Amino acid sequence: MVTTAAQKPILLSGNEAVALGALAAGVRFYAGYPITPSTEIAEVLAVELPKIGGKFIQMEDEIASMGAVIGASLAGSKSLTATSGPGFSLMQEHIGYAAMAEVPCVIVDVMRGGPSTGLPTKTSQADIMQAKYGSHGDYPSFALMPNSVLECYTLTIKAFNFSEKYRVPVILLSDEVIGHMRERVVLPDPATLEIINRKAPTEPREWYRHYPDKTTGIAPMASFGEGYRYHVTGLTHEEHGFDATSQEVAKLLEKFKNKEIRNTKELTMCESFCMEDAEICIFAAGSVARSARQAVRILREKGVKAGLLRPQLVWPFPKMPVEEVYDQVRFILVPEMNVGQLRKEVERLRTNMRVKVKGLNVLNSVMITAEQVVERVLQIDFRSGSESEGGTSNG
Amino acid sequence: MADATNQTAEPVDRHSWLRGNKKFPHMWCPGCGLGTLLNTVIRVFVAKGYDKNETVVISGIGCTGRIPVYVDCNTLHTAHGRALTFATGVKLAKPNLKVIVFMGDGDAVAIGGNHFIHAARRNIDITAVVVNNSTYGMTGGQHSPTTPLGMKAPTAVTGNIDPPFDICNLAVAAGATFVARSTIFHYQQTFRLLSEALEHKGFSVLEVVSHCHTSFGRINKLGSHLDMLKQQRDHAVVFTPELDVEKARAEGKDLVIGLLKKDATRPEYCDQYEKLVIQPSQAKQNRGGV
Repeated sequence: MVTTAAQKPILLSGNEAVALGALAAGVRFYAGYPITPSTEIAEVLAVELPKIGGKFIQMEDEIASMGAVIGASLAGSKSLTATSGPGFSLMQEHIGYAAMAEVPCVIVDVMRGGPSTGLPTKTSQADIMQAKYGSHGDYPSFALMPNSVLECYTLTIKAFNFSEKYRVPVILLSDEVIGHMRERVVLPDPATLEIINRKAPTEPREWYRHYPDKTTGIAPMASFGEGYRYHVTGLTHEEHGFDATSQEVAKLLEKFKNKEIRNTKELTMCESFCMEDAEICIFAAGSVARSARQAVRILREKGVKAGLLRPQLVWPFPKMPVEEVYDQVRFILVPEMNVGQLRKEVERLRTNMRVKVKGLNVLNSVMITAEQVVERVLQIDFRSGSESEGGTSNG
Repeated sequence: MADATNQTAEPVDRHSWLRGNKKFPHMWCPGCGLGTLLNTVIRVFVAKGYDKNETVVISGIGCTGRIPVYVDCNTLHTAHGRALTFATGVKLAKPNLKVIVFMGDGDAVAIGGNHFIHAARRNIDITAVVVNNSTYGMTGGQHSPTTPLGMKAPTAVTGNIDPPFDICNLAVAAGATFVARSTIFHYQQTFRLLSEALEHKGFSVLEVVSHCHTSFGRINKLGSHLDMLKQQRDHAVVFTPELDVEKARAEGKDLVIGLLKKDATRPEYCDQYEKLVIQPSQAKQNRGGV
């Protein structure tokens, strides 16, 4: 097994790295339904989980997969499912349930072209908003976007850590390019990894409340079969899990909100590259950030002071780093493989109205290249101020 | 704990299974079959001597979905139709737990129909109790997948034209290894069949025919809850292999109750997973295989 091997360089695909990261994080249950381009994750775990006494089950659809994941998590297993856009849509019902019932679990969405069946074998970043607002109601959303095979490994572990700590469903937004790309990686020594497990309750069993009113949102959690008998429900509930009064409803939703907005330090994961003296900021996440990083290098060679801001955690959105950038740069370019989902979030935080936010929206299902980003930056730079909002390029 | 054959256990035992301090009175209409069913279920738990800490009661949405709220064990009130998916996760993750799922007819075979047949196909050791009142009671009596042809509902004002499912036949066809039907009227039979279903290793289905006199009964002029209980009595005929179903139906006995199928030979899913997946995988690993 690779996770216990000495730290030798190995060749891995992003999807395989997700599976190995989940194993390193202590996953003991996987339920899923086959879907391109995520299936390798299931295939690796179908082999590896039984070896460590874990459970793998292929369910009848993604709704059922997500239900089984929540059930297994309540029974005390760290649980995972992986899917792509169409399956992710089906899972939304239970993602909302997991958020409401505060059940830790991790959902991997290897994004492909949409809407509907879309482009099963091509890449996209069009599920960013679905990761945030996909289920009905106001619920805390956590989503990580890896940009390399190594990050598929490390951010999967991070996803498990967040889910266990905050008792939330956490989404890993990979995409077809990251999932199927093979890279030479040196996985970190398992002994150096930070692994967070859900906090066990310490109070006497009869005092146990499954949903204590803690505004920090981090509550100990007992599992089924441990002697703490509690009620779990998708209904809005008070701290024992029974139907809530209107004051308790507000308190619960407040608690959900606080999961996102407290703990800002831990929940801001944003990488800066060449941003110290940058006059132009490229804001990119996931696979597109790879091209953007290369574009920054090319632009720097041309004497253009560009920098890259790359959120690893897109939800909650990295508010502070983006606000700071508005005091520093002339314009922000948001290249992405959708019609502008991240750009709108960046625009929403605009503190300096002189700083323009521009898009590079490639919709032809082919990976954005560094050259396209460079070209777009130079184009905006020449025409600075005179160009209309949100240019769209078809590559 | 009570002796397994003692059906009239001390009331204090039964009450210890209820979350009486918080949740009563229950929310069901006076006369509803669910109160009777809850009583029967608790009697079975007490008679069987189950451990509250190792029993998981799971439900979907609807009137039947409220059952777990009142039972003092591990309880899980899931999304509409999805109870069996959560139950599959719980059972597979911790096979030592006793998992009982309560669903209504719409819950089990309309929105949850896919999960129902697949849980039956896997033969996972879960007991599914389907309370069939032929209607969506909580939303006001709309027609369900078990509403008989011609019966009226707010969404079938001229009479239902959707042919109904026979839940037990569906379960048999999908591979459930224990299938039985009872009614609220036949509560002693429900007691016996539920006891047997819980002891059965594999996916067991118990359909309990109930009545909804406040919506289905009122719209179709079927009388009070007592009248509807009498109808359950009058229409019921106990299944035996010799029973001529067509003849009984011609005589107005169209509700076949009793044990319809029991197959103890088919392997159970969690056992199979342990035996055919976990053990070979670990053996292979110990041999240094891939």
